[in-house]
Amino acid sequence: MRSVLVVARQVVNEAARRRLLLALLLLTLVVIALTVWGVSRVDDLRNGGQPLSDAQKKTIVSQLLILVMFMFSWVLSLAAVFVASPAISGELESGIALAILARPLSRAEYVVGKWLGLVALVVAYGLAAGIVEIVAVQVVSGYQPPHPVEFLGFVLGEGVVILTFALMLSTRVAGMVGGVIAAILFGIAWMGGIVGGVGAAFHNATITNVGTLTKLILPTDGLWRGAVWSLEPSIVIAAQQQVGPAVAANPFFAAEPPPAAYVIWAIAWIAAMLALAIWSFRSREV
Amino acid sequence: MAIANGAIRLEHVTKRYAKVVALNDLSLSVEHGVFGFLGPNGAGKTTAVKILLGLTRPTTGSGSLAGAAFGSKPSLGRIGYLPELFRYQSWLTAREVLALHCELAGIDRARWGSEIDRILATVGLADRGTSRVGTFSKGMQQRLGLGVALLDDPAVVLLDEPTSALDPVGRHDVREIIRALREKGTIVFLNSHLLSEVEQVCDAVAIVDRGKVVAQGDLTQLLRTSSVRVRATGLSREARAAMARFGELDDDADGVVLVKGIERERIPELVSAIVASGARVYAVESQHESLEERFLSLLGQ
Repeated sequence: MRSVLVVARQVVNEAARRRLLLALLLLTLVVIALTVWGVSRVDDLRNGGQPLSDAQKKTIVSQLLILVMFMFSWVLSLAAVFVASPAISGELESGIALAILARPLSRAEYVVGKWLGLVALVVAYGLAAGIVEIVAVQVVSGYQPPHPVEFLGFVLGEGVVILTFALMLSTRVAGMVGGVIAAILFGIAWMGGIVGGVGAAFHNATITNVGTLTKLILPTDGLWRGAVWSLEPSIVIAAQQQVGPAVAANPFFAAEPPPAAYVIWAIAWIAAMLALAIWSFRSREV
Repeated sequence: MAIANGAIRLEHVTKRYAKVVALNDLSLSVEHGVFGFLGPNGAGKTTAVKILLGLTRPTTGSGSLAGAAFGSKPSLGRIGYLPELFRYQSWLTAREVLALHCELAGIDRARWGSEIDRILATVGLADRGTSRVGTFSKGMQQRLGLGVALLDDPAVVLLDEPTSALDPVGRHDVREIIRALREKGTIVFLNSHLLSEVEQVCDAVAIVDRGKVVAQGDLTQLLRTSSVRVRATGLSREARAAMARFGELDDDADGVVLVKGIERERIPELVSAIVASGARVYAVESQHESLEERFLSLLGQ
């Protein structure tokens, strides 16, 4: 266990020393400043010369927040891919891993240490940026999303899923290759969610199954739908449902949270992917 | 050489990568001193070290390092390793790299400071301990790598081409460090293609080529052959045939014939044979064969 923590600490230390954390912090501040400015302008909007009603304002702010958080979830997931995909392969290529693996440290401890360090980075950054964003919007507009804690849980879960997948690839392929594969699959899973929604809207079982399958194979989009649901006030859900079943195809809307079984599936998926990464690295010759 | 429970033991180890045979039925045992593992580039030297460390698995064969299975925690806890191609974390200082390895090696935290000071002084980096590794030259990285391998006085030290990036001063320093390790009773496994280096510090060597050991033993035993320069006139075809029985012939300038690879104790016999053939001998000069000559003749076979 001590060795696991040593490896994990090195991951965080590297991110700090290479100024990754600083870069993320500065860029996040820019995003938050832009959001706050945008939300603060909603009060100035006029509809036919009349000020907007509170319900209209609430809808606009909630939709703005969903769009910003969508970008945030993408940034978090892609940043997780960028740091995880070279985490092991990069150290093998540079030879850093040779000296480390010749210490009394098992391959499993090395992989789990890397994973823990990366999860710590994603969770720390995701929590800090997400909380500041939600609080900033609330201070400026008075709007608070209905399920902020669940939102953070779903977005962080999405980040950890793609991180674990990229780390597994990192035990076998070069960082660049693993990063491209993980990013493309992340995009495919997102599109799969839309495709599944289209299938649901038009009662096409085959297309619906494709969507369900992509949600199971890579549970990033499924968790994103949970995050969207957490940000939707009830008036938005009611208004959207009047549009009819076609709304299921909208990637920025979810009528209900994912079932508990799906959350359990996502957690089991992460555990299984980590086990696969350990097995893969154990059998790898360096 | 008998296979005993040595500190380094490889028994009939073969390693194949697809169609390439990196190691072919390698057996060796090292129980003390400095062991030189010599061979041209691509001979399989690094593969052998990686198998000892459990970084790579042998296709067939077995063995042990420091009394335990390859790559096991007890084995890795008693050794130090300097890889051939490596880099250390460029974002850490030299002291931090050493502290990381102290922690991974399970050294008591109270001893880290003094141990790191000792290592930095040994490898000549005492004044650069707080510099980032990213600012180090290749030679300084090599010194740091050697320092990492020497942490906590391991029982066995594996050095893969330790002087490849060093200037003459650095090479001299490494030789002194290896000699000091031998004095302390540390077993050193030295991978090298630099023969002069091996000749200066090793007690025993194995010469490996294309995955196979072509010669193995004490250095003095391995170098007991010489070259003999014979200046003679009237060397008939029969005389040359008789000389060829003692070693490989090579014609030099001014009628001098070089007999290469002859065992020293057979030189008088060679002279008798030349005289008996009717040739007139003017000079016979014996030369000690260097490791390089022996190496090249072995690889040529």
